[in-house]
Amino acid sequence: MTATLERAAVAPAPRRTARPRARNRWTVLAFLSPAIVGFVVFFAYPLIATAYFSFTRYDLINPPQWIGFENYVRMFTSEPLVKVAAWNTLWLVVVLTVARVIFALGVASVIARLRSGVGVIRTLCYLPSLAPPVAATLVFSFLLNPEFGPVNAFLNFVGISSPLWFSDPLWSKPALTLLVLWGSGELMIIILAALLDVPQEQYEAAELDGANALRRFWHITLPTISPVLMFGVVNSIIFALQFFTQAVVAGSVASGTADVAGSTKILGFPQNSTLTYPMWLYTQGFRYFNMGYAAAMAVLLFAVSFVFTAILVRQMRRASHVEEGA
Amino acid sequence: MSTITQAKPRKGSWDRKLHWVATHSIGIALAIGFTTPIVFVFLTAVMSDKQALSSNLWPQEWHFENFLRVFEKAPMLEYMANSLMYSLLATLGVMLSAIPTAYALARMKWRGRNAVFLLVVAAMMLPPQVVAVPLYDMWINFGLTGTLWPLVIPYFLFDAFSVFLLRQFFLTIPQDYIDAAKIDGCSELTALVRVLVPMARPGIAATALFCFLFTWNDYFGPLLYTGENKGNWTLSLALASFRGSHQVEWNLTMAATVLIMAPAIVLFLFAQKSFVKGITFTGVKG
Repeated sequence: MTATLERAAVAPAPRRTARPRARNRWTVLAFLSPAIVGFVVFFAYPLIATAYFSFTRYDLINPPQWIGFENYVRMFTSEPLVKVAAWNTLWLVVVLTVARVIFALGVASVIARLRSGVGVIRTLCYLPSLAPPVAATLVFSFLLNPEFGPVNAFLNFVGISSPLWFSDPLWSKPALTLLVLWGSGELMIIILAALLDVPQEQYEAAELDGANALRRFWHITLPTISPVLMFGVVNSIIFALQFFTQAVVAGSVASGTADVAGSTKILGFPQNSTLTYPMWLYTQGFRYFNMGYAAAMAVLLFAVSFVFTAILVRQMRRASHVEEGA
Repeated sequence: MSTITQAKPRKGSWDRKLHWVATHSIGIALAIGFTTPIVFVFLTAVMSDKQALSSNLWPQEWHFENFLRVFEKAPMLEYMANSLMYSLLATLGVMLSAIPTAYALARMKWRGRNAVFLLVVAAMMLPPQVVAVPLYDMWINFGLTGTLWPLVIPYFLFDAFSVFLLRQFFLTIPQDYIDAAKIDGCSELTALVRVLVPMARPGIAATALFCFLFTWNDYFGPLLYTGENKGNWTLSLALASFRGSHQVEWNLTMAATVLIMAPAIVLFLFAQKSFVKGITFTGVKG
């Protein structure tokens, strides 16, 4: 360490005392300049442009044509599939979020209680989350395939009538949920770290007062880890709002027809049950070239995701204020 | 290892033993549950074509050459090269662009710093589909759709997640070291390169790993920009269409799946500590 500092100290010393503040400002700007360009080009500009395109008819070839609120009117009234897609995504937002957070909390609580083998078990539970979404979806398409998949073979063996999973409109979204739970290792590790950070003395004190395990969990564990759980909830909501890859691949594998790069002409197979909102946005924009309509859908998606981002940002701001005050 | 139940068993060693056995059985069951799918995938990957269409779970003959047959069925090496180019260039870009940005956000004092950090968080949370239309339109005007450049170039400027993660890491390195360097006459840049970067090496490694994995796993980006140009497909795109073009060959599909999962798993086993540290950092406070 001292070696590093010494080496650093040898560096040329441009000692300029005049207007240190202005100099500092230029240094900050220099450090931030790539990020500023990147933010403007890849976030600020496209957000404004999306809003503009949403009021136009645009097919990428002819110049955009201003049509006022027509896209929005169509989206909220006449176009039937956008409602199906919005419903599917809402389903995922609710079920995926609840299932993912509770499941990750459950697994993390078990791992936190282990005395030996923690490392191995934690690694094995985390490993599946590294699988690329396309690969993980193929894994589950195979495991759950109705003809000779091992899961249904097992269910038949124990005498439970097996569902058709990705081929049944009732079961396709639950199957996607299972797939997501399999890969929820990151959230698990985050919650596990929070659980292990809960001060041990609080548990001991509570136990002396005669609180049982459930009460200790409710009154000590949950309040302490609630910021992390909150992060998990918002993170899962945003994840569900942009849910795309798994739905596209599962639908195309189950329908047995892949068109370009795995995206199929039969969208949302079976019976639109896996057609998510971002999938329909992508299809409208980049398959049908209804760029204006896709932009209108994007504006709605932005509005919804912004609400949840704002919740998270508010929480983070409060946390940083507390930190500064301390 | 501090566990949250050290205070618990007091009523006698029987209770304690029972508790130990119960939690450890659940733990082992969970580990098996998470691993079983991968085992099935591997077993199916080495089955004969015929057996892969039966509901047998254990291969009668072991056909390890299936992994090679995948390369005959599709130009996997080409896809792999594309994936590598995307992931490696993006990771290089992030190292160049995100380190100074994160340094300015974590270890320099200026007005508006917190507001800018919240903008980074907001950008991190933005679904990529929201900005897809204008960006695609922009890359058409640059004549770069169908190539990997629209995916790679942004990383050389700004990647919200990497900036966020690096900032969290940089905050853990005491300001004193940087102040000391500056008192000795270092500029901010020298302090960053000579003091902070060497100290934050684990955090930087974790960020690079996450960037590599995210781009390696990405499907939406490559589909959007290179979907129509098979010559620039990445492994994810190729794998998604593998099952479609090789109808019922589950063994080969699973062999391809193993091949695409392998780099991530190998990376993880070599750098487990960085991973766990990095993930933990994404969850902690502001």
